[in-house]
Amino acid sequence: MGKTVVEKILARAAGRPAVSAGDVVEPAVDLAMSHENGALVINQFLEIYKGTGLAPRVWDPSRIAIIFDHRVPAESPKTATNQKKVREFVAANGITKFHDIRGDLGGICHQILPENGYVRPGAVVLGTDSHTTSHGALGALAFGIGATEMASVWALGTALNVEVPATIKVVVNGKLPPMVGPKDIILRLVGQLTAEGANYRVLEFHGETIRAMSTSGRLTLCNMSVEAGATSGIVPADAETLRYLREEAGVAGTLTPVTPDRDATYVRTLEIDVSKLEPQIACPHTVDNVKPIGAVAGTKVHQIVIGSCTNGRLDDLEIAAGILRGKKVAQGVRMLVFPASGRIYTQALLKGLLADFVQAGAVVMNPGCGPCLGVHEGALGDGETALSTTNRNFKGRMGNPASDVYLCSPAVAAASALAGVITDPRTVTVGGVR
Amino acid sequence: MSDVVLILDDDVSTDVIYPGRYMATVLPTETPQYAFADLVEFNAKLKAKQVPQGSFIVAGKNFGCGSSREQAVSTLKGHELVIIAKGFARIFTQNSVNLGLNIIEAPAIEAAEGDELEIQGDEVINVTRGKRFPIVPLPPARQVLIDAGGLIAYTRRRLMEKSPV
Repeated sequence: MGKTVVEKILARAAGRPAVSAGDVVEPAVDLAMSHENGALVINQFLEIYKGTGLAPRVWDPSRIAIIFDHRVPAESPKTATNQKKVREFVAANGITKFHDIRGDLGGICHQILPENGYVRPGAVVLGTDSHTTSHGALGALAFGIGATEMASVWALGTALNVEVPATIKVVVNGKLPPMVGPKDIILRLVGQLTAEGANYRVLEFHGETIRAMSTSGRLTLCNMSVEAGATSGIVPADAETLRYLREEAGVAGTLTPVTPDRDATYVRTLEIDVSKLEPQIACPHTVDNVKPIGAVAGTKVHQIVIGSCTNGRLDDLEIAAGILRGKKVAQGVRMLVFPASGRIYTQALLKGLLADFVQAGAVVMNPGCGPCLGVHEGALGDGETALSTTNRNFKGRMGNPASDVYLCSPAVAAASALAGVITDPRTVTVGGVR
Repeated sequence: MSDVVLILDDDVSTDVIYPGRYMATVLPTETPQYAFADLVEFNAKLKAKQVPQGSFIVAGKNFGCGSSREQAVSTLKGHELVIIAKGFARIFTQNSVNLGLNIIEAPAIEAAEGDELEIQGDEVINVTRGKRFPIVPLPPARQVLIDAGGLIAYTRRRLMEKSPV
């Protein structure tokens, strides 16, 4: 019986010859990631040791990553104190994969992990963040867990009672039309599957469109797989994965891609032809409320957001800057741009993209989760509407339950910023003069 | 037997259960004050201790979707609410098991605010309507954690087995 990627990864990590969907295993964890909620993980970790007579000690400090991104720089004394507590724990336990608030090395956890080569094909990556699914873009099994579960991982080095998920095979074929990209593919897929359609399933991506796609685009797909309820998204590692890890993440040493068997068992196969795909929009207040752009074009927007772990990479910024260059953001629209990491911020700076944004009237913010989760900055007023390249539009997501959030690609966001209403990017000219 | 104190729709996200702007508050002792903070009236009742422990919230499909924030579970656990839903999201389910929040999956559940419900074996009984609804049992792998008294207790036990003092 053939095996899927997730079955192969979990068999290796659990030290078993083979496992199948439905089996319960205790896989060794290759990388355990947290952000500010590391403060809660520490609390629960110390709780585990109470009354044991054992000294609290993490199982392997080299396999723990902590990245501050959700509220950077701190918005309140409470956050600042939590961050301080985490810093002290990091120092006391010798945790090396720690990314503090810095312009060069900081950024969003789901960008920091790939670009620093922390994620390898075949690895088991757990994170106290639901968008940990992102790292499946590198052929790893990566999924989100809660803080107490992470505390358990810190103590034992294994994940307890993991049920091997069944897999949905997603085959994407066709050449993407101009101004249509990975974000449109995943929005369309989430709309088709619904918000719970992939619960307890892995989405395994295949097809010529995926093979031709950059790692950046694959990160977008895997990032939002969780919006269909998926445990994880996985793109089986290939030549592009190895190129990315060697050339962009500076990884040396052996890399072993894990690929599915030809006769692997899938619960379902979905085939998508993207050659005629239109820009897609997720409408309020669920991510699966997806419509082609024609259905909502003309809707007035008050805030445009470009960035996040979903679409804050260099290629995203290039597309948006190309549309905005030499033009102006419409009156009455606030446009916020936040690159996904310090490295991307620097690249965008050196390429002149940040100047394009600022001269068009956008506000360029520091790397981090920014306005996405409504905790820190960029909140919406009552009755206002945001159009955003982020990944969630739940009621209250951007800090105000009396506002609306629409989700889209960077091209749609930039074109709409110019017009002040939701605008099809296929109707705008690109490549203005700086 | 307890009352249904709140009826919710499908796809209630963790942003609704525990809004992101309170995420800097992490300790289970402090999170209960922000439960359903944007449902202002219900939150006020909770804070005024007008909702008895063991009261039921009845929701639709995919309850707890979205963020992995554990506050969305500890905030409900702090009020000892019981959540009955047509379905739950994966991470929310796992967090509930880990922290001991009582969640019950009853795909056919029918109830209105004020109805009296009772859990009897593998059924939810709507006493007010005289109807019974089957409960989907938790997978055995998760039941082990509940039987151990939650993940902290279970991990503590495993740790002691691994490295006896």
